[in-house]
Amino acid sequence: MNWSKLNTLFPSRADQPLLWLLRLCALTAATVVLLILTFLVIESRPALRDVGIARFFGDRSWHPTEGEYNFMPMLSGTVYCSLGALLLAVPSGIAAALFSRWYAPASVAGLFRRLIELLAGIPSVVYGLWGLTTLAPLIGRLHAPGTSLLAGILILALMILPTIALTADAALAAVPQAYLRGAAALGLSRWGMISGVALPATRSGIATGILLAAARAMGETMAVLMVCGNVVQYPDSLFDPVRTLTANIALEMAYAMGDHRAALFVSGLALMLLMLAMVGAAGLLSRGRRYA
Amino acid sequence: MTKKLIFIVFLLLAAWLSWTLWSTPPASSTTRKLVLTGSSTVAPLAAEIGRRFETLHPDVRVDVQTGGSSRGVNDARAGLADIGMASRALKTSEEDLYSFTIALDGISIIVNRSNPAAALSRQQIIEIYTGAITNWREVGGRDAPITVVNKAEGHSTLELFLHHFGLQNRAVKPQVIIGDNQQGIKTVAGNPNAIGYVSIGSAEYEAGHGTPIKLLPLEGVQASVENVRNGSFPLARPLNLVTQSEPAGIVRDFIEFARSEQVRELVEAQYFVPLAR
Repeated sequence: MNWSKLNTLFPSRADQPLLWLLRLCALTAATVVLLILTFLVIESRPALRDVGIARFFGDRSWHPTEGEYNFMPMLSGTVYCSLGALLLAVPSGIAAALFSRWYAPASVAGLFRRLIELLAGIPSVVYGLWGLTTLAPLIGRLHAPGTSLLAGILILALMILPTIALTADAALAAVPQAYLRGAAALGLSRWGMISGVALPATRSGIATGILLAAARAMGETMAVLMVCGNVVQYPDSLFDPVRTLTANIALEMAYAMGDHRAALFVSGLALMLLMLAMVGAAGLLSRGRRYA
Repeated sequence: MTKKLIFIVFLLLAAWLSWTLWSTPPASSTTRKLVLTGSSTVAPLAAEIGRRFETLHPDVRVDVQTGGSSRGVNDARAGLADIGMASRALKTSEEDLYSFTIALDGISIIVNRSNPAAALSRQQIIEIYTGAITNWREVGGRDAPITVVNKAEGHSTLELFLHHFGLQNRAVKPQVIIGDNQQGIKTVAGNPNAIGYVSIGSAEYEAGHGTPIKLLPLEGVQASVENVRNGSFPLARPLNLVTQSEPAGIVRDFIEFARSEQVRELVEAQYFVPLAR
């Protein structure tokens, strides 16, 4: 037995090619992100220069062909849709994971997990089509026109639920047996063990899942475009139509020219910065105390 | 040993891949470039026609750029483009140029099939779209709020619609904004109180294939592809190719090709109306 193979601090000669390959992969990934950011900045520069950053927040409305560029209503649309979806999907996703891990009989749990995985695999445009032809008319019967913030929130919640459920499930599966045996030895009830030991121990894993889900909710385009109604406004109620930043880019990019086009890139840049801020905030949060 | 082999094969593959990506095929010195600029409505169709034209004439490269109908006309006049594209007829000040219609574009107002309203006047449509009329009862329908479906900014159908009814987009009060024709048709089919407008070709096709939508007549003229083709439907416009002088050589070949039977299904695929034969 050659013990040097187990030495991870000093890569052996055999590891060298792999090491360089991995370095190359990491470098490529990092470069792509930086290139995208640079590209966004370059493409949006004409708008930032000619229109000015203040007008993206201060104009009366979004009518880019008539020279008005306020995208705040769409930023709020993105935030409302994502927050609403998270509000629904986080509790139900975690509950689904707890159910399949500790409450369901083994056969049901396996089937249930397959179903959730299936839910994760459905393409977003299928969700959108279903939302447009089934969900929106149903909501429309309650309150016209049906394509609304509520429809967007429901569709997004359905889409991100599997992400949260599956990551929470994987995190719960990784809780060391010793913790659970310890909890059992203390005579804790099942719920006592879950709330006192398992959930605190998997806090950062579940938070990562929520972060992934939030990123997907904010970046989702097609399904939201089909069910939200896409009117640029601040919604007064759940039944009002809204437009998200991503839907705006998808709706107008194919036909936009000049400053209009650049303005769409600015909204893309804003979306990217929002995402960065979120990842940063999550990083700060997860720096708190941790059990596992 | 096998791992090393796999690794070497992988490296070679990566090298080959990057080589093919970086190197460009050598340009033929005899390549003739055909430049088209102008209307963003015509451009997708012209690009499709150009692609097919290139396969028939391997020595020609067709370059399509957008910039609006006026740019198309100006570029053709100034000689910056071989052919200009315009989604309108030539104005009287532009009659020194030559124009060739390759297809027609028409828009139909659509409502759900269950909607009892049979026809709307020009004034009623304007008032519905500006929010002055908000209930179908006021225009001969049932007592229900109207869902106004509008197109997203930049679409040529929006432009034609606004222009025809003399509206400003900021005056329109929509409840739903859609991107493409299919989304508009699905929205109206799913909402019994919606009103929208889409390209006539797609609306007629969907209505004929069981989708519950209804094409409303405009100014007494039935909305149909046939009426767009014979020029009686008011909400329509020609899609033109414009040249500075009598077309000759490759330009003439392209225009003849674009007006020929060979591109008919390309025209229909973009929901435009082919010319009468």
